[in-house]
Amino acid sequence: MTFLEVLYFIVPMMIAYAAPLIFTAIGGVFSERSGVVNIGLEGLMVMGAFSGILFNLSFASTFGAWTPWVSILVAMIVSGLFSILHAVASISFRADQVVSGVAINMLGIAIALFLVKMIFGKGQTEFIERSIPVLNIPILKDIPFLGPLLFKGIYGSSILAIGVAILAWFIIYKTPFGLRLRAVGEHPMAADTMGINVTKIRYIAVIISGGLAGIGGAVYAQTMAGDFGHATINGQGFMALAAMIFGKWHPIGAMGAALFFGFAQALAISSSGIDFMKNVPAVYLHILPYVLTILALAGFIGRANAPKANGQPYIKGNR
Amino acid sequence: MSNRVINLLVPIISIILGLLVGAVVMLFSGYNPINGYIALWNGVFEDSYAIGETIRQISPYILAGLAVAFAFRTGLFNIGVEGQLIVGWFAAAYVGVTFELPAIIHIPFALLAAAAAGALWGLVPGLLKAKFGVHEVIVTIMMNYIALHSVNALIKTVSGGNYKTDPIKETASLRSEFLANLTDFSTLHYGILVALAMVVVMWFILEKTKTGFELKSVGFNDHASQYAGMNVNKNIVLSMVISGAFAGLGGAMEALGTFGYMATLAGFTGIGFDGIAVALLGANTPLGVIFGASLFGSLKYGAGNMPNAAGIPIEIVSIVIALIIFFVASGYIIRVGLQRMNKKKGAK
Repeated sequence: MTFLEVLYFIVPMMIAYAAPLIFTAIGGVFSERSGVVNIGLEGLMVMGAFSGILFNLSFASTFGAWTPWVSILVAMIVSGLFSILHAVASISFRADQVVSGVAINMLGIAIALFLVKMIFGKGQTEFIERSIPVLNIPILKDIPFLGPLLFKGIYGSSILAIGVAILAWFIIYKTPFGLRLRAVGEHPMAADTMGINVTKIRYIAVIISGGLAGIGGAVYAQTMAGDFGHATINGQGFMALAAMIFGKWHPIGAMGAALFFGFAQALAISSSGIDFMKNVPAVYLHILPYVLTILALAGFIGRANAPKANGQPYIKGNR
Repeated sequence: MSNRVINLLVPIISIILGLLVGAVVMLFSGYNPINGYIALWNGVFEDSYAIGETIRQISPYILAGLAVAFAFRTGLFNIGVEGQLIVGWFAAAYVGVTFELPAIIHIPFALLAAAAAGALWGLVPGLLKAKFGVHEVIVTIMMNYIALHSVNALIKTVSGGNYKTDPIKETASLRSEFLANLTDFSTLHYGILVALAMVVVMWFILEKTKTGFELKSVGFNDHASQYAGMNVNKNIVLSMVISGAFAGLGGAMEALGTFGYMATLAGFTGIGFDGIAVALLGANTPLGVIFGASLFGSLKYGAGNMPNAAGIPIEIVSIVIALIIFFVASGYIIRVGLQRMNKKKGAK
């Protein structure tokens, strides 16, 4: 393959791998910007993937071509509701947010597999017939170089992911709600003094993160996997968490990091087919996102500062 | 009610609540919860084989629980037990396969290799926390994935492209004919003795040595410890290293006892994450860990009987375990409830 052919092959794959990470990582940005650590992204993605696939299988005849999109919506609602558990524990019950997140992860995969076995009588679901369609965008696809690179054979969900990232940036940095969200995550007591309802903002943020993680799970299941089983979501949630940190808790940064991690994954899978990549063992590419995240945290790649009140329950009147 | 009683009641109430909600889930899914729990009970205690297998399951749980609990006592959250366990598993299997030694040297050597590998995996987040103030939770999560992928690649290299290592040499095995005969040929092995010995080690370090005092002191208040002249950074690194060594030994249980080899892993073993539950339930004390590990080990092994005996998917037990963690974590609200009840009683 020539270099250009490699690019035309890798870049669409990179975007396809990155899209679920973008949704989930931005969910993480919302939650952590409000001061609630969300290790439970993985479990929320699992719920999204499961409910998306289940809905897709059950209602494919009703909704026809719209099925995958309605499934994404359903997954968003299911994971949003599921994330309320994390919100209640970590905001109202003052639980250790990391422990609660671990419980969410365990609970998510356990409930999903329990239901899969109950409904299908085996460890995984059937394959869906209506997956998310691949689009060729008219006019734009005819641009030389950029056309085949970015606008040919792209999943509709990937475009949505980039849209969501920009929307998230707008909400967090350009709206009153975004300002409140950031204030609550940096200094909840000051925010409270100014009349902001800390608890309410944090609940909303966690539920948004649940909804977005649900979308991420459903997108992954309906583009890459095609069914749901115990290994459908296998670390994507944690990789999204890594993307959020690598992107320095910023929606556009998180998107960039997710794209980069998607690139590493695409390379790892296709490296055997590329001449100059043949001799690089795939394991280096597999561990690259994680190593980079550690390096970023250690300050080798610019300083990454978490929101100040991240992980601390807000107790009124405590100083 | 004194604080002590409440501290004891919180985990007990959490377990009961977890089992109750599990029963409700079974009921709503159209299963009979009583049959389910009877099947679970029988899965653990039915015969000597089941008991042997349950004890076998408990051994790595004790070590994983110790690892989490030890780090917790220094104020560190080691989510990386899973990865430390995986590298320990591989190190023990590698030593078990490669070397030709008499059993009296081979077994300790393999155990030591596993502990060293786990300790190394704990050293990295410890150093990063001490040097750069990087939060250990994220680093240990990342280290888990690095361990998973690296060990899978190493297994392929060591075995010449195979998906699992050769079986370990007889001289490195913790299995024994005596234990197998005693428990109707279960895979019970001497690992449980190693695990119990480590419980004593943890108790000794924390309660009887100066180092242990410093570790706990840093956990309570690192600024005060610093002011009192303790080296906080050194203690953070040390705590992660010891914690990692416990986790690595947990991996050795799988390599030298249960399996006798290591196969490439498609995903995590889950033992490390369950270790968080064990430590939490055991209030991060050595004795508590034995209790927590016994409960979760029994639940996990006994669950295997539920699909056959009651037709209930095995995952119901994972749901119950997750719920128990959830309730223990939300202990604040249980405490508030208990204190309210107490006050009402006092008013009467």
